Amino acid sequence: MEPAIKVQNLTKRYGDVAAIDGIGFEVENGEIFGFLGPNGAGKTTTIRIMTGLLRPDGGAAFVAGYDVTKNPIEVKQRIGIVPEVSNAYVDLSAWENLVLMGKLYGISERRLQEKIKLLKEFGLYEVKDRLVKGFSKGMKQKLLLCMALVNDPEILFLDEPTSGLDVESARLLREKVKQYNRDGKTVFLSTHNMEEANQLCNRLAIINRGKIAAIDAPENLRAKSMELQYIEAVFDKSLNMKEISKCPSMGETSFSGNKIKIYTANPFEVIEFLVDFAKGNGLRILSLNTMMPSLEDIFIKLIREKEACQ
Amino acid sequence: MIRLAEQFRRSLAISEKNIKIYYSKGPVIVFGLLFPLFLALAYIVGRSISLREVLPGLMGMTTFFTATSVGPSIIPWETRSKTLERLLCCPVALWAIILGDVLSSFLFGLLISIIPITFALILNVGLLNFVVLLFGMIIASMCFSALSVLLSAYPPTDIPATSMMLSSLVKFPLVFISGVFVPIEQLPSWGQYVASLSPLTYFTDLARQLISGRSFYPMAINFVMMSVFAAIFIFAAIRIHERTLIKRLT
Repeated sequence: MEPAIKVQNLTKRYGDVAAIDGIGFEVENGEIFGFLGPNGAGKTTTIRIMTGLLRPDGGAAFVAGYDVTKNPIEVKQRIGIVPEVSNAYVDLSAWENLVLMGKLYGISERRLQEKIKLLKEFGLYEVKDRLVKGFSKGMKQKLLLCMALVNDPEILFLDEPTSGLDVESARLLREKVKQYNRDGKTVFLSTHNMEEANQLCNRLAIINRGKIAAIDAPENLRAKSMELQYIEAVFDKSLNMKEISKCPSMGETSFSGNKIKIYTANPFEVIEFLVDFAKGNGLRILSLNTMMPSLEDIFIKLIREKEACQ
Repeated sequence: MIRLAEQFRRSLAISEKNIKIYYSKGPVIVFGLLFPLFLALAYIVGRSISLREVLPGLMGMTTFFTATSVGPSIIPWETRSKTLERLLCCPVALWAIILGDVLSSFLFGLLISIIPITFALILNVGLLNFVVLLFGMIIASMCFSALSVLLSAYPPTDIPATSMMLSSLVKFPLVFISGVFVPIEQLPSWGQYVASLSPLTYFTDLARQLISGRSFYPMAINFVMMSVFAAIFIFAAIRIHERTLIKRLT
């Protein structure tokens, strides 16, 4: 079966600056694919090319089986987009915005009337006749998702969908994304929120300076970065740094009073050493934790590695 | 053909949206209603000329200003509010978006231009052919609306006031060279040549022919020239907007 999205050697330059530089990836049908990167990494440019807003300078992007450059209208007919910046018409009501979108997707008047259920689902039915200019950010974002869903798209593109939202609205939006994914929609999620990517995505691509640093499942990315694990131990007395430095498999280490943090790819050896060390020196271990690397740690590591290679 | 019809339907949806949003915007009211009204009053009040003499210029001016009042501001406004990006994300061709803008501008021009023609009928000025004049007004409104959307194409600004100001720089000279205040036959030969470059000339000449019975160009030429100008303006608007689009999105 053809992938929902196929990007091959995609390049886009603005003057001398390469916004994206020969990137490639595939998104399977029914997948939630995260696109993670710092500001200016090339996330929005990639989305704009995949959604037919910008033409690439090189390479190709296939969305829902169509070449975006050659058949942009066919692609747009099959996708829904929640952009980074809220862009509903503030001088129209929520319902008028939805009707406009419906008409622009060629939805018949009768089917359009059924779309009121979207506003009900997102808790906007009561305010459907109010102008959007009076809406809060969370309400606007919910409306944007309704507008993106009006054509029952195969693929949803979400560009920083929960950015700046209150906790409750962000949670609702994430739940809805999961729900629509369960219903069969493929989701392409651009974000710089690590936790959100971790919670939602089946796979992640990490992009920096227009290049893909890594693509994998969040747990595999973690596994590849074992040296980013660390042991955090708290003793009842302050420690002798010289003795501790004999610890095998020890990476970067930091002390703070009677607390020690040791990065290691082999946590078992370090734990054994710390237990023996405590016994041999008359110390008591008050707490001992093995901390897995956060997605943020992995992200920074990959970006640094990529930058070092360039 | 089905695709064209579908895109045209989407143009109508864009046009409907424009009517809801932009007809009540301040600059549209000022440039589309108040300005031609005061210009007309300045032209008429205190002068001993007959309504029959005044009316062709008045109709030309009204149609021109009203039909060009909405167009220059839509795309800059939508660039600023990012709604242009929203439209471009939808399965609507750029030509259909431009056409939607032209149609909304056209309807505004046509509706307001009905006012002087209604006055002419009420005051029994004696139009030679009302239907031909109405037909001319439709083509003229379409031509001027296309010009107004073309005027918003460059520079690709997101400030409506800038676009309005720049379009005024084109619109005002056109009013003065188009036989609105002085009939074309009374202009010097260089003035007549310059007048032939303005689309407004042909509508004013047509209106003069149908109201006072005299004209500089044959009626067919007036219709053909307005249609040719309309086609050129729409084509140029689509091409230039295509080229400047990336600057609006980045």
